[in-house]
Amino acid sequence: MTGGLLGIEELSRPEIEKILDRARAFQPQPGQAFQRTTTCQGKMVVNLFYEASTRTRTSFEIAARRLGAETISITASGSSVSKGESLVDTLNTLVAMRPQAIVMRHAASGAPHFLARHLTTPIVNAGDGTHEHPTQALLDARTILDRRGALEGMKIAIIGDIAHSRVARSNVYLLSKFGANIVLCGPPPLLPRGMADIAPGVALEYDIRRAIRDADVIMMLRVQLERLHEPLMPAGEYYRFYGLRLEHLSSASPDVMVMHPGPINRGREISSEVADSQRSMILNQVENGIAVRMAVLERVLLP
Amino acid sequence: MRLVIRNGRVIDPASGRNEAADVVIEDGKIAAVGAGLDAPGAEIFDAGGLVVAPGFIDIHVHLREPGFEHAETIETGARAAAAGGFTTICCMPNTSPVNDSAHVTSYIVETARRLADVSVFPIGAISKRSEGEELAAIPSMAAAGAVAISDDGRPVMNSRVMRRAMEVARALDIPVIDHCEDLNLSAGGDMHECLDSLRLGVHGIPSAAEDVMVARDILLAELTGARYHVAHISTARAVAMVKFAKSKGLPVTSEVTPHHFALHTGHMRPYDSNYKMKPPIRESADVKAILEGLRSGAIDCIATDHAPHAGDDKMQEFERCPFGITGLETAVGLTFDLLVHTGLISLERMVALYTSEPARVIGWKGELERGCLKPGTAGDVTVLDPAREWSYDVTKSLSKSANSPFNGRKFRGGPVATIVGGRVVWRA
Repeated sequence: MTGGLLGIEELSRPEIEKILDRARAFQPQPGQAFQRTTTCQGKMVVNLFYEASTRTRTSFEIAARRLGAETISITASGSSVSKGESLVDTLNTLVAMRPQAIVMRHAASGAPHFLARHLTTPIVNAGDGTHEHPTQALLDARTILDRRGALEGMKIAIIGDIAHSRVARSNVYLLSKFGANIVLCGPPPLLPRGMADIAPGVALEYDIRRAIRDADVIMMLRVQLERLHEPLMPAGEYYRFYGLRLEHLSSASPDVMVMHPGPINRGREISSEVADSQRSMILNQVENGIAVRMAVLERVLLP
Repeated sequence: MRLVIRNGRVIDPASGRNEAADVVIEDGKIAAVGAGLDAPGAEIFDAGGLVVAPGFIDIHVHLREPGFEHAETIETGARAAAAGGFTTICCMPNTSPVNDSAHVTSYIVETARRLADVSVFPIGAISKRSEGEELAAIPSMAAAGAVAISDDGRPVMNSRVMRRAMEVARALDIPVIDHCEDLNLSAGGDMHECLDSLRLGVHGIPSAAEDVMVARDILLAELTGARYHVAHISTARAVAMVKFAKSKGLPVTSEVTPHHFALHTGHMRPYDSNYKMKPPIRESADVKAILEGLRSGAIDCIATDHAPHAGDDKMQEFERCPFGITGLETAVGLTFDLLVHTGLISLERMVALYTSEPARVIGWKGELERGCLKPGTAGDVTVLDPAREWSYDVTKSLSKSANSPFNGRKFRGGPVATIVGGRVVWRA
């Protein structure tokens, strides 16, 4: 294993705390646009995205630049990937250009883990299939900590397509390490019973009202239409039973935080009123994404 | 031509023999077994301190020819078989073209006759192109040398087609071998459905995908009277159902692969395609049930499901890699280590699991009779050293492929010589 970041599951709580603390230093101060350093000058980060992504890719690019590093982004459609080159061959080609880190998103679970066994260049996982999205969990934790100061004992409801969500898995692994009470909620085909055992402190709930009762944080997930090969339920039915609407929020904690990793589907998993409400942290999450990714990249580039 | 194997301990489960004796092979056939046999002019094989057994049989291998010769050929697969102690192998029909006609069956038989170091018996397809709709030319394939039928990796989902295939097989007195997998339940799955699959974000294959098919097939075997054989059994529930069927007197048998008794999900290296196969590595409770089945007889024999894949095909994202691992060269070593040296089964039972038992499953008769040391049968012998210490180096494999999770593993006990028709085709 090289010094990349493949997932949250294998990180210890002190390692996570270190990244989150460092990210705070990269958050914009009042009256300031953003933080910038030159500590990573002369380093090169390759962003290799095998799946469509706007916010994560842009966020990593900005983070690398604000550290003073050079960055280039490659997307699958515009590269030799579309000419049938294998993943290993593509990565070996990139490694020969001597980047100091490769940020990678891939539709296959474990693709970065598989590559990390064959490459020496550190890999930062920007989302692998239905497995992990570690920087999303880190930025979500940073966002909660900015408002609440601690994760321990908080009730956090994660609602939606849990089975296919890498965001859910990374968040569960992280929040569990910090002693949060996690409630996973979704339609039965998208919430396997075994998820209750993937980490300590996880409970399952199939009724959204019970899931968000007294919740301190509600994390909504996007319905992953592109990953569905299960017989599910009609879209209207989904929104009726699992879409988050204003009326739900009254039973949650009075200062509940509503989060969403984006992109949001208004009227599908979340109503516009909730997405645009004071409770919504969606734009704070985006902003923290840059600070957290700066901390992650710095950790990789300046070991 | 005459060969005498002297000073060994002869274990022949078919005759119940387990004693110091010599074996004389003459003109490719077993001539005599007994103490202090006279064999003037014979070539001598000194088996002092070794076990002399009937030639080992593997009724489930993939030789990839015709069609996928970059991964294996009949010649290289047979060589790997010899290096694993096997003298007879049965090859599955998922070649290209599929072995669904007498032409392909004959091609395999003829190629093996010319190039293979061991005896090769084809298994014909159940349905045309193994598509599960129309029956293949089963009687013609049987006449050309097919010893069983199976659609192996593409199991027949249509129960009516399976019923008809069983009726045809019964009339021909050949077994129907099923790779038990409900393709709708397993769709998209890359590993056993369990906590680890959820953790790793890998789509799971539930045990029920195997169990519902075993249940269906047992009912159809009862309906048709066909001999029915469960390939690579992997779940505790399936073992229980086979045991139940046997207790009802149904002609139901089963095999297990070495990797299904050697590994459970806790042994898997995440996203390593050398641990990706169908059925998938199951849980420790399943392994426990399998071990008990091997001991009690619910499981009749060990078969490798040797499934070579070229390195490039296995060096990919886990979900894109094909299913299957090689197994011919590590089977006997794993059996010694995990079944015999642990005291689970006797050496005699181990030999039976590779000889008389698979021979009974297939039902070779007349001049094809094998799996025993009866005079007049094939002069096939496997010589074993239960104490031999060795390790597996996949780069030295005689298979064309190297997709094994057992690379580097140390073993105690293994084959030391493979004799086919009185000719030593492999020595350690």
